[in-house]
Amino acid sequence: MSIEFKDNIPIYLQIVDDIKMQIMANKLKEEDKVSSVRELALIYGVNPNTVQKALSELERENLVKTERTSGRYICATKQQINDMKEKIAREQLTTFLQKMKDIGYDANMIIEMIKRSEANE
Amino acid sequence: MSKLITINNVTKKYGKTIALNDFTISIEKGKIVGLLGPNGSGKTTLIKILNGLLKDYSGEILIDDKKIGKHTKEIISYLPDTNYIPSWMKVNNIINLFEDMYKDFDVKKCYTILERLAIVPTMKVSEMSKGTKEKLQLALVMSRKAKIYILDEPIGGVDPAARDMIMQIILDNYDPESLILFSTHLIGDIEKIFDEVIFIKDGELILYQESEKLRQDRHKSVDEVFREVFKC
Repeated sequence: MSIEFKDNIPIYLQIVDDIKMQIMANKLKEEDKVSSVRELALIYGVNPNTVQKALSELERENLVKTERTSGRYICATKQQINDMKEKIAREQLTTFLQKMKDIGYDANMIIEMIKRSEANE
Repeated sequence: MSKLITINNVTKKYGKTIALNDFTISIEKGKIVGLLGPNGSGKTTLIKILNGLLKDYSGEILIDDKKIGKHTKEIISYLPDTNYIPSWMKVNNIINLFEDMYKDFDVKKCYTILERLAIVPTMKVSEMSKGTKEKLQLALVMSRKAKIYILDEPIGGVDPAARDMIMQIILDNYDPESLILFSTHLIGDIEKIFDEVIFIKDGELILYQESEKLRQDRHKSVDEVFREVFKC
């Protein structure tokens, strides 16, 4: 599960994104227990305080909750997951459309291309 | 937050050469701190002073609110930058020695770490490669339950794969309440584990900051910032 970190972005944000991706990909489901700080620190090969910071951020966004005695659990709702997916899809689409526009493809050409590629699959 | 190490205006000279120049810093517990600087920048001098090995300096140092002495030596687990283990010894002899010397030494933990590093207890130090000796010394140092760990260039002589293993062992065995001060000039591979970094150059403090903040503010890795600061 260890990920390649980008150097120039705070590592805790990259861990937040990685855990969000796992939630969206349904690898981490509602009510699943989150590994301990120490375990995650070892998995990611980072400082435990960095993991702590990432988990605090996920808690602040209400994707993870702490049960006083038993640890942390995923508590992302369907609505939250859909919102996250929507946000990422939009970002991806914007980047994609910009690139296609740069090389001279208009909306119709892009749609045609997507149809063709779907048909080929 | 309580400061575990406070260094005030410390200057240390070797003859006319200034090794540390009016160095001031306070470090909290619960952190892994990288002490980063090129060769000859004063890292080892600072570390030796903290461990009570160099005494003729000016300025003031408090460790765990006390002056450097018996108490501070008891709470610091120190990995020097040189090999200090007599080569005729076997691993299990050294472990016995450490058990006698340090009240906080955890024999079981030490054997567990050595097993992970594939170091056999009956092995003689004279039969070890440089990298293996470094691993052994690190295992010994991390097997103490200390308040402060000071590691002087712990990854200098090992290959990148072993470096990862060493990082894992440090992360696995350190108590989040303690402080690790970790000097190195090889930053890229290991900057992920630093909470904070200290840049030292010509005996002076250049920068002391949270590494995540450094990445956020400058959009660069600690390694890149380091290369910029120490550009020749």
